Amino acid sequence: MQALLAAPLLVPLATACLAALFWGRAAAQRAIGMAGSLVLLAVAALLLREVAAGGRIVGQMGGWPAPFGITLVVDAFAAIMLLITGVMAVSVSLYAMASGARERDRAGFQPLLHSLLLGVCGAFVTGDLFNLYVWFEVMLIASFGLLVLERTPAQIDGGLRYVMLNLVGTTFFLMAVGLIYGLAGTLNLADLARLAPGIANQGALAAAGMLLLVAFGAKAAVFPLFNWLPAAYHTASVPVAAIFAALLTKVGVYAIIRVWTLLFAHDVAFFGPVLGAVAVATMVVGVLGAAAHHDVMRILSFHIISQIGYMLVGVALMTPLAIAGSVFYILHHIIVKANLFLLAGAIRREGGSFALARLGGLWVGAPLLGLLFLVPALSLAGLPPLSGFWAKLMVIRGSIEAGANLVAAAALLVGLLTLYSMVKIWNEAFWKPAPEGAALPAPAMGERAASYAPIVALAGITLAIGLWTEPFARLSLVVAGGLLDREGYIAAVLAPGATHLAGVVP
Amino acid sequence: MRPSLILRTSAPMLLWLSLLASLYVLVRGHNEPGGGFLGGLVAASGLLFHAIARGPEGVRTLLVLHPVQLSALGVLLAATSGLPAFLGPDGAYLTHLWWFAELGVTLPLGTALLFDLGVYLAVVGMAVAIFIGLLEWKAARAAATEGGE
Amino acid sequence: MELPFALAIGVLVAGAVYMLLARDLPRMLVGFVLLGTAANLLILLAGRVGGMTPPLVAAGMAAPGADAANPLPQALILTAIVIGFGLAAFALMLIVKARAVLGTVRPDEMAAAEPRAGAVSSPPTPPRALPPPRREAA
Repeated sequence: MQALLAAPLLVPLATACLAALFWGRAAAQRAIGMAGSLVLLAVAALLLREVAAGGRIVGQMGGWPAPFGITLVVDAFAAIMLLITGVMAVSVSLYAMASGARERDRAGFQPLLHSLLLGVCGAFVTGDLFNLYVWFEVMLIASFGLLVLERTPAQIDGGLRYVMLNLVGTTFFLMAVGLIYGLAGTLNLADLARLAPGIANQGALAAAGMLLLVAFGAKAAVFPLFNWLPAAYHTASVPVAAIFAALLTKVGVYAIIRVWTLLFAHDVAFFGPVLGAVAVATMVVGVLGAAAHHDVMRILSFHIISQIGYMLVGVALMTPLAIAGSVFYILHHIIVKANLFLLAGAIRREGGSFALARLGGLWVGAPLLGLLFLVPALSLAGLPPLSGFWAKLMVIRGSIEAGANLVAAAALLVGLLTLYSMVKIWNEAFWKPAPEGAALPAPAMGERAASYAPIVALAGITLAIGLWTEPFARLSLVVAGGLLDREGYIAAVLAPGATHLAGVVP
Repeated sequence: MRPSLILRTSAPMLLWLSLLASLYVLVRGHNEPGGGFLGGLVAASGLLFHAIARGPEGVRTLLVLHPVQLSALGVLLAATSGLPAFLGPDGAYLTHLWWFAELGVTLPLGTALLFDLGVYLAVVGMAVAIFIGLLEWKAARAAATEGGE
Repeated sequence: MELPFALAIGVLVAGAVYMLLARDLPRMLVGFVLLGTAANLLILLAGRVGGMTPPLVAAGMAAPGADAANPLPQALILTAIVIGFGLAAFALMLIVKARAVLGTVRPDEMAAAEPRAGAVSSPPTPPRALPPPRREAA
């Protein structure tokens, strides 16, 4: 059990190191990367099977007991996020075997990708605030490397914007950690959850909370800290943009949900309206940005921002149904968004550009691509019977039941505008006649298979969640129950006798 | 600018001296200030000196492995040092096991030493990768400006 | 001890904000380093500045002395310094690269990722030739 708990960290770590040992040998790196992704998926599935009923697996690294050492906790929320990370790792590894693989791998794509996965998985399983900071940094450094992988001028320009904002964001995180340590004398999340309601100076705690919100919000690209995302994502290569879109912002959302349900659940009166306002503003501003742009990658980047708003509704309202809605939304969004970015890559390969004005006629040239595009695009907009419909339904119903009608209205309106920009891509890229210009030579069959396989698989998952919603919705409710059960989390981590100090070394 | 004769002659000696010192710092870290990180930095400073005297290529040939490979090896070693803990009764990852070798003096050996050695290699690799990158960039820039004039 | 520390943190943050507001990337990087130092001092202060002896367990003892300093902030700060150093080194390399490829270190002169005018994004402009460094040119 302890080995299984550490496995989500060890597998990407070992994969990244092994791939780096084969520096300069692209084919071997690619094989190692693919194998590592598959093992990560298997490990995550095993972990989810253990905790799907609502249990928790707790481990103390190095045998140091809970408030002193570093705690790893896997509950249903962490396990489900790990599973989806595994799915993304396999899809992107597969897609990255298609065009440009050799150049990418020579630049170090595989070690960086798995270092990124290491940071992401670490952030999901840790039970310690400072350790969360460390995993954020691991993720950040790997993402810097991935973003400027090809060293084009656009990437360096976009990368600098991303780096500069994130440098400041992580420093804010560090300051918040310092303040919280000064107030509570501990950084273990369970211990903090136990002590937080009793801290005399609640004002200082709320101030530290706002600093944390800035740090996590910059990561999650919420309003008004989102400017780096559309400036940077569209410059990255397609597999990198897909894994960023799927995971990076969601780690920020995960951190917000985890920390707010544990540390600030007693202060919903203050943070509820703040988070609610941030959520609505993020939804609206993101979708307006998407409506104004005419480049596939930029439109998709702005949609990430817009959808982050939905995921924050749960933690703003703190009701079981709203949190379950957020969890379901994250699940659905990761799959749909990564798929849309992979599709954008396929659109460019078939049509030669990301710019809508230069695209056209793809419905004639690549009808399969058109059908595949419709699944995630309509799911993102929230049309039944796709996964996005149920996700939006849960969020909206959760907000109406909690009396937040404004949030529900914003969610509905934003869904309509999402549909508008998806239809825009459809009309321009697929429907309108092809503009003047030389068509690209059709990609080789093997390459096409490698890039279409993950797209088909992810579209299949989207359909499956949509048509067979029951188990996913029930799992989301289990996750929400676990997140609201603070006492259970505290008891599981701080259980006496769970660990003992190792024999004192002379 | 060519490094002076004195620098070129003394660089190898200083390199071995600093590598020796780095090993001392590495082992000292068992119970006193020191350890893999500091040791790695001391070793890297020796290598940096060598790179200034003999050029980045000199360090590359000296290390055999690519700096990135060296770092990867180090991290892998550090991660592996936590694995024997799983053999224990309720071992959590990174619970270090100890073995006190009686060779005249008591030699405290343990998986923690392996961890420190891994950190040492990782730090050396990273530091070398960074300064080789900067030195080569500087050389390329110098060549570019000379060519332009 | 709290007042001088608090003042030092305040001065560092003020300097950091001033540098971060500059329209010049190397200055912004200096600002980040100052901000990181302020955060580290904040953690040290949060751990209560008191004992001055190193928190090391002497030979034959089971616990460090009564006036030992709090070791946790030191461990946190050491980690944060290492990470901050790595991030700053990476950012510096990126700025150096940006100067070579984009020919400027001023963010408002960079337009490769977000072209100013025209909705249709043009293909990235070819890298400008490396301008001769000012020092050699003078």
